[in-house]
Amino acid sequence: MKKALVGVFAASLLLLASGCSGSDDSDTGSDAGGKVDLTYWTWTPNMDKVVETWNAANPNIHVTVNKQDGGDPAVTKLLTAIKAGSGAPDVMQAEYQKVPTLVSADALADIKDEAGSLKDKFPESNWNSVTLGGDSVYAVPQDNAPLMFFYRKDVFDKLKIAAPKTWDDYAAAAKKIHAANAKQYLGTFSATDAGLFTGLAQQAGASWWGINGDTWSVNINDAATQKVAGYWGGLVQEGSVLNTPMYTPEWNAALNDGTQVGWVSAVWAPGVLEGNAASTKGKWAAAPMPQWDTAAPKTGNWGGSATAVTTQSKHPKQAAQFIQWLNTDPAAIKLLASQANVYPAAIDSSAALTSPPAFFADQADFYTLASDAAKIGNPFTYGPNVNVAYSAFNDAFGKAAESKQSAQFTAALATMQSQTVDDMKNSGFKVAG
Amino acid sequence: MTTVPAIEQPATERSAAVPTAAGRPRRRSHSRRAGTPYAFLAPAIVLFVAFLGAPIVYAAYLSLRKVKVSGLGLGSGSRTEIWAGLSNYARSLTDPEFLPSVGRIGAYGLIVVPVMLGLALLFALLLDAGRTKVGGFTRTAIFLPYAVPAVVASLLWGFLYLPRVSPINDVLEGIGVGSPNLLGSSWILYAVANIAVWGGTGFNMIVLYTALKAIPQDMYEAARLDGATEIQIAWRIKIPIIAPSMVMTFVFSLIATLQVFAEPMTLRPLSNTISSTWTPLMKVYRDAFTRDDIYSAAATSVIIALATFALSFGFLKLVGSRAFRQED
Repeated sequence: MKKALVGVFAASLLLLASGCSGSDDSDTGSDAGGKVDLTYWTWTPNMDKVVETWNAANPNIHVTVNKQDGGDPAVTKLLTAIKAGSGAPDVMQAEYQKVPTLVSADALADIKDEAGSLKDKFPESNWNSVTLGGDSVYAVPQDNAPLMFFYRKDVFDKLKIAAPKTWDDYAAAAKKIHAANAKQYLGTFSATDAGLFTGLAQQAGASWWGINGDTWSVNINDAATQKVAGYWGGLVQEGSVLNTPMYTPEWNAALNDGTQVGWVSAVWAPGVLEGNAASTKGKWAAAPMPQWDTAAPKTGNWGGSATAVTTQSKHPKQAAQFIQWLNTDPAAIKLLASQANVYPAAIDSSAALTSPPAFFADQADFYTLASDAAKIGNPFTYGPNVNVAYSAFNDAFGKAAESKQSAQFTAALATMQSQTVDDMKNSGFKVAG
Repeated sequence: MTTVPAIEQPATERSAAVPTAAGRPRRRSHSRRAGTPYAFLAPAIVLFVAFLGAPIVYAAYLSLRKVKVSGLGLGSGSRTEIWAGLSNYARSLTDPEFLPSVGRIGAYGLIVVPVMLGLALLFALLLDAGRTKVGGFTRTAIFLPYAVPAVVASLLWGFLYLPRVSPINDVLEGIGVGSPNLLGSSWILYAVANIAVWGGTGFNMIVLYTALKAIPQDMYEAARLDGATEIQIAWRIKIPIIAPSMVMTFVFSLIATLQVFAEPMTLRPLSNTISSTWTPLMKVYRDAFTRDDIYSAAATSVIIALATFALSFGFLKLVGSRAFRQED
């Protein structure tokens, strides 16, 4: 839902050139079996314009875009349709963390014959998310959302602070900024954004789920995640970052009036900032993520999605053909970037991303930073009950954030771990640890 | 009292007309007549079964089922639905979050019900006693919040609660009181209760006010002749007479309390203090739509339904007969 909002903001606000519909794609070729109609559930704004190009070039495989509310409601609808036995679309947008849930519900078709050869076109972390580390291919990556750091350059310059290279730098900067102006904060720990915390744990080297033979492992309470939770708990406890959720009217106001002067976010952040903090335009800068170990820089993801073929599709071959075009064809990638404002997952997408987002117009190297970040994503495996882990995160870390006790942050991980494992055991999964 | 014969008259006429005009066909159509009531009831029965009966039965059925995963749970055929016996109920009742959520709505109800019904009664009595020209406007103004959907009301109050965007905090800081974090753990229950009181007082007031309007004026005249003050009239005549309406509003409020959902659900993203299982119904929502476990959600729903049933009928049995007897 949130990511959908982000997408809406990004799309409605980044006014990029939109006149490249005169595509000269050669016919991609289709089955000789006559005309095929496909439906496509997506919540990405302007996806219908991207699909128009495909339809013009492929009269035999007509794709109809069916606009969805967002990631969560679309998944709920799809699972209901799968359970009912009919009503699912042919092609479906799915966030990476939802892929195992959908596969587990037998909603996604294995398209390894059609898409297996695309492996080298995507970063390893994205490819891992759509194959679940196995031989099957359940989706083709569409957009990538590597974590980056965004900060108010004017505030940093005034206090003579450089963009933080390490998490220690970040903590020092947070302390200094809050000390200089008691109303200003470099960030907030948001207990409502499990996706961001997952990305931070991913950066630190965690991979919360794993597959070993026919057994799942769950490692939410591991050393890497402990380190991340303890770090943020410490910052909240000493009061140098806030403990209130993101995406509230309060948070928007703070970004806009200059009391939130930094944001650990992902590549799509410019669209959100433009929507929420319009009056600070030109004052922000993007930087690579602060690191735990500068010798081996890493990042995580917050968001991103893939395109899948559902098990109810009567034309899986044609559907796979379409999603292959959508996510790897240079013309399609260009449309995705310019029309739908996604940051394409395909590695050779740099040609499509030449000018920086409007809100960061002065930062010519924006997409260079983004592509550098995309290359250093740590591999991370999502499990079949991400939803349970995320709702446990919301509750346990909500309590911890409210208490402002660092010890509560690390204790919250134990709660997440046990609730996630209990849920899997109750469903009958084989779980180790 | 004079209107009663006027209403009965046409009925008498009609029943008188039946034997004369239809004396003979009556016997002939007897068998058909036996089916007539059912024909008239059929639409209601069909709708009731389709939209109330069947879903309830289905929910009860689901509450006894569960999904069993084999192996990694990936790919087709790895999930099968099996009988779960009462294990969903056991899990629901032993969930460490369930009892606290029940306790929370208990405390919430202790705040909301007396305050809301007290205010509703007070406003109704004032409007009834005053009978002033501004009565119509005041009545509408008090009733209006009820017309605001709970989600909208919660968003609106959410803005008022958030320190940075709230005018309340500006005022409080202006007069030097400082600003309490209304969404913090010590205030959150009152913050949610306030929305319910704001939204519900108007409806209950209208119910009580309508009941007050039905009291014949001559009773008051008689009381005044006996030297009763307005307060005595309110206490000794009005309140006892509208007791059945008060019982009804109480039962409605009790049910609304047990089912509180929209307000905390809408405030949740604004705060750390409302968990996803803050009220029992929120737990049902979380299980069904966040955890994709409709089976234990169904079990919790059945438990809530039974508790609602027991509490409202238990209360009616306890107090209802006494209240209704006074009406006779």
